[in-house]
Amino acid sequence: MANDSSVDNGVNVEALIAAREALSKAPQAALFKWRAACEWKNGTHSNSTVEGFYGLGQEQQHKRTFNFDADHPEVFAAEDKGATPVEYVLVGLASCLTAGIAAVAQHRNIQLRSVTAVIEGDMDIQGILGIDEDVRNGFGGIKVTYKIDADAKREDIEALVAQSQKRSAVYDIVTNPTNVTVVVN
Amino acid sequence: MSRCLADRSIDHVILERGQVAHTWRTERWDSLRLLTPNWQSRLPDFNYNGDDADGYRTLPEVIDFIANYAKAIAAPVQTYTTVTSALGTDFGYLVRTDQGDWRCRTIVIASGGCNIASVPAFADRVPRSVVSITAQEYRNPNQLADGGVLVVGASSSGTQIAQEIHRSGRPVTLSVGEHIRAPRMYRGKDLQWWMDAAGVLDQRYDEVDDISRARRVPSLQLAGTPDRSTLDLNALTEIGVKMVGRLAGITESGKAQFAGSLRNMCALSDLKMGRLLDLIDAWARENDFDDVSEPPHRPLPTRVEATPPLGMDLTTGEIKTIVWATGYRPDYSWLKVPVFDRKGSLLHDGGVVASPGMYLIGTQFLRRRKSSLIDGAGHDARDLSEHLAAYLDGRLVRERA
Repeated sequence: MANDSSVDNGVNVEALIAAREALSKAPQAALFKWRAACEWKNGTHSNSTVEGFYGLGQEQQHKRTFNFDADHPEVFAAEDKGATPVEYVLVGLASCLTAGIAAVAQHRNIQLRSVTAVIEGDMDIQGILGIDEDVRNGFGGIKVTYKIDADAKREDIEALVAQSQKRSAVYDIVTNPTNVTVVVN
Repeated sequence: MSRCLADRSIDHVILERGQVAHTWRTERWDSLRLLTPNWQSRLPDFNYNGDDADGYRTLPEVIDFIANYAKAIAAPVQTYTTVTSALGTDFGYLVRTDQGDWRCRTIVIASGGCNIASVPAFADRVPRSVVSITAQEYRNPNQLADGGVLVVGASSSGTQIAQEIHRSGRPVTLSVGEHIRAPRMYRGKDLQWWMDAAGVLDQRYDEVDDISRARRVPSLQLAGTPDRSTLDLNALTEIGVKMVGRLAGITESGKAQFAGSLRNMCALSDLKMGRLLDLIDAWARENDFDDVSEPPHRPLPTRVEATPPLGMDLTTGEIKTIVWATGYRPDYSWLKVPVFDRKGSLLHDGGVVASPGMYLIGTQFLRRRKSSLIDGAGHDARDLSEHLAAYLDGRLVRERA
């Protein structure tokens, strides 16, 4: 693969490739644990923090503590002190896919000029309100619409987006079953 | 390989657990045809000599072809001999069989990559009311109860089996994961003709970016259709087969869960096919084929409904059978030599296994993209027998692993 150093999407692909090499020889180091702590404030408002995670065989720290307020909107008779939890999921999916697009573009020597996405999840709230048992709690479907300006043919841009989904953690979390265990101490 | 060894006067024996072409006789479905055209399904000095060069051999014809080849080269086959183990010794290998032991200096593993049908672990949650059968066990629709069938896997086997079963009056739901779409005919010529002419089938294992991934790629979604029509997901949708996403799990209460990634699976496959056809078009242009063949075109994108189902209750009786067309893996349980990586795959370099005098032949992308095709056997056997001969002559010094 030609290494065109004039393409810069800000992704350190060499480091990722080196990591891939190293981790294939030391798979234990590839076991990560991501974490968040959540504290109820009032009503449907809670505050979550993200600071540490586990990976490469040891505890790691983010550069600073990240803070997330979550709440319900006023139409839910709440105080709208933060985005809703389901909007956090949409943010998670959009961010993961966008990061993937940049990484794949770097790897494929495609210069990105601008990448924006609009993401929408439809939800029939009869599910969460328990009105109709046939309606699920979560999204009926999620649609992501990308606008990408890049130095590449349309098929190559579509291929970036397709590859990003193929390797996206949040896409996998959302489209495949995941075991969730909730315990009370 | 036997032919090459005989040409070099290397004394050898072929151990076969059944008759010649055993797997073709016992582990493939009745209506199977090769997906490579007859002219291409050839062995060195043993070409197709019938009157349908562009057709696709049926299962009985394949069996005859292989059996006739074995006779033609007077292959030293020990039939009905099952290898129970192979161990390293001071001089080479001790191969134990149910017909007695063999001692040898070199060993060629030619048992292929399709010994065991791969089935996901959660298959044991299929309710008792539903029959599970693998592509290896499937023979024809009459084996199956009347009623709905869930076919899992949409590569070459899955699509052919889905079409046949659906046409038999049993409604098929097809669970689609990663698949490699390809048109049967392109610009008036067989796709395999293009892949051969453009050198795609001759691509070497050491020319590929990620060979271990290339070796795990599912089979081309191609079938030897007598009318040369393309059997892809659109063709299946056309006859009423229902597409759902990859089977991601079965709950303890017997509900199948399908991934929500069907749209992207199909997009990825369409894009990959586009890249192959781009490559073919570029080769055609550079080799003056543009005038003699039809102009470039692209098959229509795979149609995916707006909201494919994400689950199916397997306890309702709507589904009577599940056919697992989810791939195969080799069985090396008899090989008691430390030549495996941590995931149980054989360690080898283009068929030269990590133990002196041990070789592998006939697996996917072993040395070339065509390695798992009949047409690939000849080249690989020539390369590996040369290495083997040099080893026996003492011209190669190998360290014991």
